[in-house]
Amino acid sequence: MKRTANLISGQLKKYDPLQLSSYEALDGFAALKKAFELGSDGIIEEVDASGLMGRGGAAYPTGKKLRQSADVPGEIKYLICNADEGEPATFKDRHLLEFDPYSIIEGMVISAYAAGATHGFIYIREEYLYLHDMLRQVLALLREGGYLGTNILGKGFDFDIELFSGAGAYICGEGSSLIESMEGKSGRPRIKPPYTKVSGLNKKPTLVQNVETLTTIKSVLYHGSDVFLKYGTEKSHGTKLISLCGNVNNPGVYEVPFGITLREIIYDIGGGIKSGEDVKFLQLGGASGAIMPKSLIDIPYSYESLKEHGLEIGSGAVLVADNTNRIIDFLDSVQTFFLHESCGKCTPCREGNRQLSNIIGRMKDGVATNQDAASVERISNIMKYASFCGLGKTAPTAVLTAIRYFSDELFSKGDVYERV
Amino acid sequence: MMQLDTLFEQVESIVEKYGRERSNLLAILSEAQDLVAHNYIPEEMAEFIACGMCIPTSQVYEVITFYGLLSEVPRGRHIVQICDSTVCRLNKNTSLGEVLERQLGIKIGTTSDDGEVTLEYTPCFGACDISPAIRVDKKVYGNLTEEKLRRVINQTVGGRKA
Repeated sequence: MKRTANLISGQLKKYDPLQLSSYEALDGFAALKKAFELGSDGIIEEVDASGLMGRGGAAYPTGKKLRQSADVPGEIKYLICNADEGEPATFKDRHLLEFDPYSIIEGMVISAYAAGATHGFIYIREEYLYLHDMLRQVLALLREGGYLGTNILGKGFDFDIELFSGAGAYICGEGSSLIESMEGKSGRPRIKPPYTKVSGLNKKPTLVQNVETLTTIKSVLYHGSDVFLKYGTEKSHGTKLISLCGNVNNPGVYEVPFGITLREIIYDIGGGIKSGEDVKFLQLGGASGAIMPKSLIDIPYSYESLKEHGLEIGSGAVLVADNTNRIIDFLDSVQTFFLHESCGKCTPCREGNRQLSNIIGRMKDGVATNQDAASVERISNIMKYASFCGLGKTAPTAVLTAIRYFSDELFSKGDVYERV
Repeated sequence: MMQLDTLFEQVESIVEKYGRERSNLLAILSEAQDLVAHNYIPEEMAEFIACGMCIPTSQVYEVITFYGLLSEVPRGRHIVQICDSTVCRLNKNTSLGEVLERQLGIKIGTTSDDGEVTLEYTPCFGACDISPAIRVDKKVYGNLTEEKLRRVINQTVGGRKA
């Protein structure tokens, strides 16, 4: 049975990005034409009806976000496509940028029209350098073709897009840090409110949307929200791109309907475990996501079912680890990452990560105690509630869930961890 | 380093190409750094850019020291980066590190004495589908086995005595 879908990825790899006509031949820009007919309200209603939630990781309802942006008045309004995909184990945006850039941009023009944005940017991470030139050429082709620039498709709508490259900073995936970075500063998050949709780039209203979200907006307009609603579960509508990786036979980007089980993802789509060993644990949503044991792999992949177990979809990363891995080595890798990427602006994240690193160091040396377990909980709580942005709030997720499910591997013998 | 005068001329043309607005600082610094063989921004260059954009040098340094791409200290002519993400860790990147240390004759996190090559760990660069992966001079190589890794290094950094 075919487990994958192609609502979002229908055009993926089907055309040559340097030939605009090859995209047009695939019914390209049909969604944009439909959007122009629907008008701003019509687009937002359609997106709202689809139940689409932000695909960067925070899962904010997209229709609501578009509506809020549309309601902000302003002569100049920005739309930024967030292609600073820095979450470890996540590469679905890269896949879209490389193999279906036109659908992203079509989604951008539709969103800009709905929200009344006048200028657009694609903020792409420096690590995707090999895509930069191709994307600049794509933007030039679209300008020539009348899909960007002034009076798009003769509808009197003006909107153009520039490419902006990051310079290697995970934190810049956070909307306000991304904007600081675009203003030529170090990428540290801003205090909210004001939200970026009210006061963002150059203090102008700025709508920041993830690559996959924009592509999905195009897909919702193209197929209609009713088709979208045929896929998924009661509360998680449609399909999602997952970045399947780790110890599986077929790592890659796949589009799956919500509600598929993780077992089906690992074995039917991923082709099972490469070493032939058993699954030990998964990490969903990237380094900032929870670690879950094998015993949970029969739960459906949907916002609501995962939430029951304290898990999240996040960016859509599905990282699979087999029995040959030690949980402590994995935690060490996660923590090294957050210690390196914490921007240092707020104390809970900067110092919290330092303390977590020390404790994980003790776990590695086999001398971590009950006391350390209690410290992890205390420090993590402070980080979750008092950090400035999502980085600090989610950094302790992996270690907390690892303690929940694998405490016997992390603490020295004879000192059994009891939940405090 | 090439003559400072020539270097300044080239930097000036980069500044002019992008424009003197602060929003272009990141792009200007990235491109200016590419002019320097040892992949860093010398103090004279940082001051020159600060002056050209009418911002304090301290603010230019704040940006240089914040981003992973930019450096204020000389690095190797070639930069070999081993992905240290969770995915590559599961795919046994540590053994790649050992092979590289032997082949290049330097420890991870250091630059060779002749300034030819820097070997370092780097955060995830999104090549998890072809893990384990490395990045050599900004180009990604994945699905690495020991043999493939040796070939990549020979083709990029060149043969070196350990």
